[in-house]
Amino acid sequence: MEKEKTTEKEIQNLNEVTVRFAGDSGDGMQLTGTQFSDTTALFGNDLGTLPDYPAEIRAPAGTLYGVSGFQVHFSSEDIHTPGDTPDVLVAMNPAALKINLKDLKPNGMIIANTDSFDMKNLKMAGYDSNPLEDGSLSNYKVFPVPITSLTSNALKESTLSTKEITRCKNFFALGLTYWLFNRPIEPTLEWIKDKFSKRPELVEANSTALKAGYYFGDSTEIFTTRYQVEPAHLPKGTYRNISGNEAIALGFVAASLKSNLPLFLGSYPITPASDILHYLSTYKNYGVKTFQAEDEIAGITAAIGAAYGGSLAITTTSGPGMALKTEAMGLAVMTELPVVIINIQRGGPSTGLPTKTEQADLFQAVFGRNGEAPIPVLATSTPSDCFYMAIEAARIAIKYMTPVILLSDGYIANGSEPWRLPKPEEIADIPVKFVKDKEGFAPYNRNEYLARPWAVPGTPGLEHRIGGLEKAHITGNVSYDPENHEFMVRLRARKVQNVQNDIPDLTVIGEQEGELLVLGWGGTYGAITEAVKKAQKDGLKVSQAHLKYLFPMPKNTKDVLKRFKKILIPELNLGQLATIIRAQFLVEPISLTKIKGLPFKTSEVYNKIKEIFGGNNGR
Amino acid sequence: MEDSIDVKEVKLTAKDFASDQDVRWCPGCGDYSILAQVQRTFPDIGVKKENIVWVSGIGCSSRFPYYMSTYGFHGIHGRAPAIATGLKVARPDLSVWVATGDGDLLSIGGNHFIHACRKNVDLKILLFNNRIYGLTKGQYSPTSEKGKITKSTPFGSVDYPFNPISLALGAEATFVARTIDREPKHMQEMIKRAAAHKGIAFIEVFQNCNIFNDGAYELLTDKETKADNVVILEHNKPLVFGKEGNKGIKLDGFKPVVVDLTDGKYSVNDLWVHDEHDESPARAFILSQFTEIPNMPTPIGVFRAIIKETYDAGVEDQIKRITEKKGKGDLKSLLYSGNTWEVN
Repeated sequence: MEKEKTTEKEIQNLNEVTVRFAGDSGDGMQLTGTQFSDTTALFGNDLGTLPDYPAEIRAPAGTLYGVSGFQVHFSSEDIHTPGDTPDVLVAMNPAALKINLKDLKPNGMIIANTDSFDMKNLKMAGYDSNPLEDGSLSNYKVFPVPITSLTSNALKESTLSTKEITRCKNFFALGLTYWLFNRPIEPTLEWIKDKFSKRPELVEANSTALKAGYYFGDSTEIFTTRYQVEPAHLPKGTYRNISGNEAIALGFVAASLKSNLPLFLGSYPITPASDILHYLSTYKNYGVKTFQAEDEIAGITAAIGAAYGGSLAITTTSGPGMALKTEAMGLAVMTELPVVIINIQRGGPSTGLPTKTEQADLFQAVFGRNGEAPIPVLATSTPSDCFYMAIEAARIAIKYMTPVILLSDGYIANGSEPWRLPKPEEIADIPVKFVKDKEGFAPYNRNEYLARPWAVPGTPGLEHRIGGLEKAHITGNVSYDPENHEFMVRLRARKVQNVQNDIPDLTVIGEQEGELLVLGWGGTYGAITEAVKKAQKDGLKVSQAHLKYLFPMPKNTKDVLKRFKKILIPELNLGQLATIIRAQFLVEPISLTKIKGLPFKTSEVYNKIKEIFGGNNGR
Repeated sequence: MEDSIDVKEVKLTAKDFASDQDVRWCPGCGDYSILAQVQRTFPDIGVKKENIVWVSGIGCSSRFPYYMSTYGFHGIHGRAPAIATGLKVARPDLSVWVATGDGDLLSIGGNHFIHACRKNVDLKILLFNNRIYGLTKGQYSPTSEKGKITKSTPFGSVDYPFNPISLALGAEATFVARTIDREPKHMQEMIKRAAAHKGIAFIEVFQNCNIFNDGAYELLTDKETKADNVVILEHNKPLVFGKEGNKGIKLDGFKPVVVDLTDGKYSVNDLWVHDEHDESPARAFILSQFTEIPNMPTPIGVFRAIIKETYDAGVEDQIKRITEKKGKGDLKSLLYSGNTWEVN
């Protein structure tokens, strides 16, 4: 292989590219995609990612249901989504091609591992003939590469077993893609060294495969062009690539440091929330206590116990686990303890689609408890936003002595983007006051925010009892008095409503009034933002607003809604926010819904906007 | 040398542990005795009042925290061990007690109970076992005997009951004991032992529900019958019982046998000598199964008391070790860790 050949290939500049890696769930596509994203982030592009994998750990090789994919969208400009349609598809086998081809851009590039296009795999993917040879892919640029055998060739000196050698093929594919898009291979070489430090022969093999892939691009005749996506003009600062779940973990550690409260996580593993437990478990030297409980109920009730003891207590889960935590959430409401419940939503109902995204737990979060049990509900909008919303959820919980629900979803949780790191001093302190003074103490006294005092066990003279039974105002004694019950129900509701005084107004991006407002919440932020921008470029009078506080909503929400003739609400459910908006503000929004376990494409929102304007209206 | 300051600790009494709330159990309920023994022993357990927390679930027993003037948390059905675990892990400095019933702990809370035992969380669990659902007014419980006729089993229960001691031993609880509501002195001793134990301490209290299951333990409490039906477990002592100490228990392989000590065939030297510190829970398990064998006396006392690291201490220790190794984390290093890059 002659390195100097590099210069002979033409380099074409592009503004943005979307690459999708697809293969068997055992092919290491998530790892390949993550490495490509991290390197691309380090290179300075803005990016968005979409991992898409089956719930089975390792489905039988070659099957359609075993296909695992990872999409990366990167650009020299500011972007908000993982891209609608890939420009490049790396297909490790026929099944991966079959599943993903429909999304590929016309004239897009296919890099196919020809070694896996044998009779058996073709049959398993439902192909009667080999699509690489029968002309059916004539609308695409097909690059057949025998990735498996090239990897084996490169590793013929290796002492690894044939099976282990074959498993290195994803690094070959990654190396080739690095070459194609002119990315450095060094960060991945470093990563390999670190990851396999206990097995030097794997470091050697994977590094060799990566380099072989890179140099193959250089030396082979099949690629005549490589592509260059210049770094994005991002604001000055220090950046790191971050996924939503990692950002949530960092956010709560930050909240713990800023409040001077030890962090306690009570959790039971569930997809796609488990990563938060994994990340927080590594932060022992921040005083973080992670309790992997025997079930979801123990997860939240242990958190309630920890909150009673004076910790910043959180519990992480996804839909079905949230359902199990319901009764305990009511207990946290009644005992007025600060506990943050994090729900990384996935497709439902029941076990539903464990690895796919959805936004259908909004009703559950806002209404899903017995009795009048109001809990503030917040939602994150992007991976890096998770960091700030975690801190915000902690702040509200502590200040108002209330449980808080933080909603995220599988798409935000696993997706990643470059994050401009805040300076530690830019993050506000969270004031905490444990009561110490016997004088005038009563467990259900209230301050100006209607919060009751946080009197933790161990404080002499403040011994008191709390629990799930209705409390008498001030004294906190058990009370069945009808007048008191109504009073307390209204009081708790008012306390939560008061959070409205403490949250930012809903901001409108674009014209402040006009024809159409696209109102979103949660992970649809990126697709809505790009669709609205595109429509605005077309000259359409369309604006955008994104709700991060779902309950209570910002004070000016009604005012904002009334300033627009039409409201469009895109949601990954059957119109839950639309229903709440209609009920609360007596406006009639247009619902755009999708329940496929996948995020919105920009085009889906954009087309709906165009449809509403019906041609040239609103220009 | 420290300065010698004459600090006179104010000695608390049982009254100091009584809250200002009216106790609302049915007159004659065995719960009163449990409350009284706890209040009587707590001045002596060596823990300051403000450092004690009572946690409970749902049921008659679970109103217990309201009647203690310590910190208290009346939780939700079955979840007391989980709430208490969270509290103890967050605050290892506290003495955390759980008051619970047979329905609360062994039915809806069974999962939390076995895991608290397994993990050896430093909790003290007092099980008020009356073999009936009291607060929901008289359905059979997970400790009700097979064939029990109740409101929900008018033709007799077809369930087999749990043996709480066997269950706790099966989950490898490090301290397992049993006492009876009508034996105040014995109960006080068990409470003190539990308080002193480092790790999970489980006490089953046979407790009479005079409304829905009156007389469930009559054989063990009636003056006429109790000596022949109860054997008191004492560490390093042979298992002797009966009115004049005339009977003993000998272990034949895995099989316990009652022997007569008066006919000259056997003496105390032939008897099973109880060892509560036995690392293996096997013998304690055999003891717990006495209640399943006709004519065997019911053991009360400490079945098992062994020492191993507690869960909460393990958590603390790990944090300490990792912090020593990595240094105390600060916000800057948290945010700026991993692969970062500069945009100028």
